[in-house]
Amino acid sequence: MSGEEFVPLSLTPLLIGTFAAIACALPGNFLVLRKQALIGDAISHVVLPGIVVAFLITGAISTWPMMLGAAGAAVVAVVLIEAIRRLGQIEPGAAMGVVFTTMFAAGVLLLEQTDTSTVHLDVEHALYGNLESLIWLDATGWSSLLDTEALSGLPPELPRIALTLVGVSLFIWLFWRPLKISTFDEGFARTIGIRTGVLGLALVITAAIAAVAAFDAVGSIIVIAMFICPPAAARMLTNRLEAQIAWSVVFAIASAVSGYVLAGYGPLWLGGADAVSAAGMIATMSGLILAAAAMFGPCRGRIGARISA
Amino acid sequence: MLWDALTLQLGYNATLVAIGATLLGVSAGVTGTFLFLRKRALVSDAISHATLPGVCLAFMVLVALGGDGRNLLGLLAGSAVSAWIGLLCMNWLTRHTRLAEDAAIGAVLSVFFGFGIVLLTVIQTMGVGRQAGLEGFLLGSTAGMLWADAMIIAVGGAATLLLVMIIRRPMILVAFDPEYAAARGLPVYRIDLAMMGLVMAVTVVGLKIVGLILIVALLIIPAVTARFWSERSDHVVLLAGLAGGLAGYIGAAISASAPNLPTGPIIVLVSFAFFVVSLFLAPIRGVLAAVLRHLRFQRRVHIRQGLLALAQGQKIYEPLTLRLLRRAGLVRADGVATDIGKARAAKALRDEKRWEIVRADQAHEATAALYDGLRDIETVLTRDQIAEIDRRIGGPMGVPV
Repeated sequence: MSGEEFVPLSLTPLLIGTFAAIACALPGNFLVLRKQALIGDAISHVVLPGIVVAFLITGAISTWPMMLGAAGAAVVAVVLIEAIRRLGQIEPGAAMGVVFTTMFAAGVLLLEQTDTSTVHLDVEHALYGNLESLIWLDATGWSSLLDTEALSGLPPELPRIALTLVGVSLFIWLFWRPLKISTFDEGFARTIGIRTGVLGLALVITAAIAAVAAFDAVGSIIVIAMFICPPAAARMLTNRLEAQIAWSVVFAIASAVSGYVLAGYGPLWLGGADAVSAAGMIATMSGLILAAAAMFGPCRGRIGARISA
Repeated sequence: MLWDALTLQLGYNATLVAIGATLLGVSAGVTGTFLFLRKRALVSDAISHATLPGVCLAFMVLVALGGDGRNLLGLLAGSAVSAWIGLLCMNWLTRHTRLAEDAAIGAVLSVFFGFGIVLLTVIQTMGVGRQAGLEGFLLGSTAGMLWADAMIIAVGGAATLLLVMIIRRPMILVAFDPEYAAARGLPVYRIDLAMMGLVMAVTVVGLKIVGLILIVALLIIPAVTARFWSERSDHVVLLAGLAGGLAGYIGAAISASAPNLPTGPIIVLVSFAFFVVSLFLAPIRGVLAAVLRHLRFQRRVHIRQGLLALAQGQKIYEPLTLRLLRRAGLVRADGVATDIGKARAAKALRDEKRWEIVRADQAHEATAALYDGLRDIETVLTRDQIAEIDRRIGGPMGVPV
C-alpha cells in the first residue's frame, strides 16, 4: 500500500481508533478490578440526551458544546444513580439500569422532537461512530507529516483524542500508588490516609472524559468494548497490575489496528465490494482476543479454583 | 385526543399497539422482578444487545433463501438464538474465569453488539431493498404493526407469563437465597438459566415495540418500582406486572395521541414517572415516609427531654422543644408548665427512675435492652412489675400509669 493512498485515507482513522482504544482501556483496568465495568456502558447511553440538549441550546453542530453537554449528562447520571441508590436503598446495578435507560429514552424522544432530517445528528451515528470518515484530505503522502499546511487540515478529532489519552495517562501515572492500593484494599487505603471516595470519583470522571472524547470520534460501541475487553483479557494473563495494564494496551492496539484493517480490506479479500463498520469490527476483534485469553490464558481461573472445568 | 387514545378510539392500528404494549409491559414487569430480586438486573442489558447479530443473520439467511427479509417470526427466532449464545458466553465467563459478572455482561454486550453492527453494514451493502425495518430493532418501531406482529407479541407474552407462573416458586427461592435453595436440592444453575431464558423471551418479543436498548428499562424499572410497595415477593411480582402493563398502555396511548412521540421512549418515561412517584410516596420505603418518620422521632425526643427538664425545674432554651411543648398544651406561652404538663413531667421523671431500676437489675436484662429513652415503660412491663419497681423507689404510691 502506497503512502499516497494510506496517509490521507487510513492513517488518521487508524491513529484515532488506536488512541481512543488505549484511552478507554487504561482506566478500564481499574474499573474492571473494582467491579464498575458497566460505568462505560451507562455513560455511553446517557451522553445522547446531553448532546441533544447541547444542540438545542446552541442550535449548531459544534464540537465543544456537544462535548460539554455529553460530559454534563454523564455527571448528571452519576449523581442520579447515587441519589437513587441511597434514597431508595436499591442495589447499584438496578439503580444504574433505571437511570441510563431513562436518560437514553429521553434522548431519543428529544431527538425525534427536533427535526433530525435537516440536522446531521442521528442515533446511528452516535452508536456506530464514523471512524471511516475521519480522513485527512490535505495529505498527499508520508511527506505531508512534515508539511504544516497539510497538518492544519488534520481532522480535529485526532488532536482531541491524543490530548485525552495524554490526560488519562497522566492521571494514572500521578495517582498510581493510591489507585493501586485503594483498588485492591480499600480499607487499608483509608487507614493510610488515602481519600478513597474522592479518588474513586476522580477515576469515574476520568473514565467519563475518555468515554466522551472517544464517543465523539468513534461511537459508543468502541467505548464500551475497550473499557472492558482488553483489561479483561489482560487479567487472564497475569496477576500483576503493571503487567495487566501493559497487556491491556497491547490488546487495545491489536484490536484497533486489526479491526480497522479487517473492516476496510476484509470484505475485499472475500470478494465483497464495500467496507464494513470499523467500530463494530474493532469491538468484534477485542471480543475474539478476550475469548482466546479466557480459553488459554495462564491466570484465567480464580485463585483456588480449578482452571479447567 | 389523549382520552380517545386511552379509550382505544384512535382506530385499529393504535388499538393493536396499545394492547401489544400492555401485554409486553406486564410480561416484562413480572419477568424482570425475578432478575431484580436475584440482583442481576443488568444481565438484561447483555441479553438485549446480544440479539442484534441474530436479527441481522436471520435477515441475511431469509434473503438468501429468497424470502422476505423482514419476516418477524424469522427475525425473532434469529435474535433468540444469538441472545441465548450471548447468555451462555456470559455464564461461562463468570463461572469459569476470574471475571466478575459485570465485566462478563459488558464484554458480551459490547462484542455482540459490535458484531451486529458489522453485519448491519454488510446488509446495507448487500443491495437488497427493504432492509429499512431492521433499524427499527435498535430503537423500536411500532408505527407499522400488523395483525400478525401483534399476535406474535400477544402469544409470546402470554406464553412467557404462563411459564413464569409455573416456575415462580423455585425462582423466588433461588432469587432470595441461592445457598438455601441449593441445600434443599434445587438445581440452582438450571433455574437461573430458566430465568434468563424467560428474560430472553421477553426481550425478543419486545424488540419490535421498544427496541433492544429500551427493553432493558421495561425489565428493570417496574420491578424496582414495585419493590417500594411491598415486602412480599409475590406481591412485588404482581405489582411489577401492573406497573409495567400500565406504563405500556399509557405510554402507547400518549404516543398515539400526537406525532413525533416514539412509542418505546414514551413507555420508558411513563414507567420512570411511576418509579419517581413510588420513590417519594411509597408508604414505608419511600422518601416522604422516611422523612415523616424522622420528624416524628425528633418530636418525641424533644418532648421527652422537655418534660424531663420541666420536672427538674430547669429552664428550656431550645426553641423547637418549647414550640412542641406549647403546641401539645404542656406549657404556657411564658414557658411555665400547665397542669397536664406538670403531671406528664412528673411521670416522665418517674419513668426515667423506673428505667434506671430496670437497667440495674439483672432479672430485667432483656427488657433493659429495649431502653432508648423514648419507649414508655408500660409498653414493656406489666402493671405488677411496675408496682414492684415503685415499691423499691419509694415515695408516693399509686401514680397513674
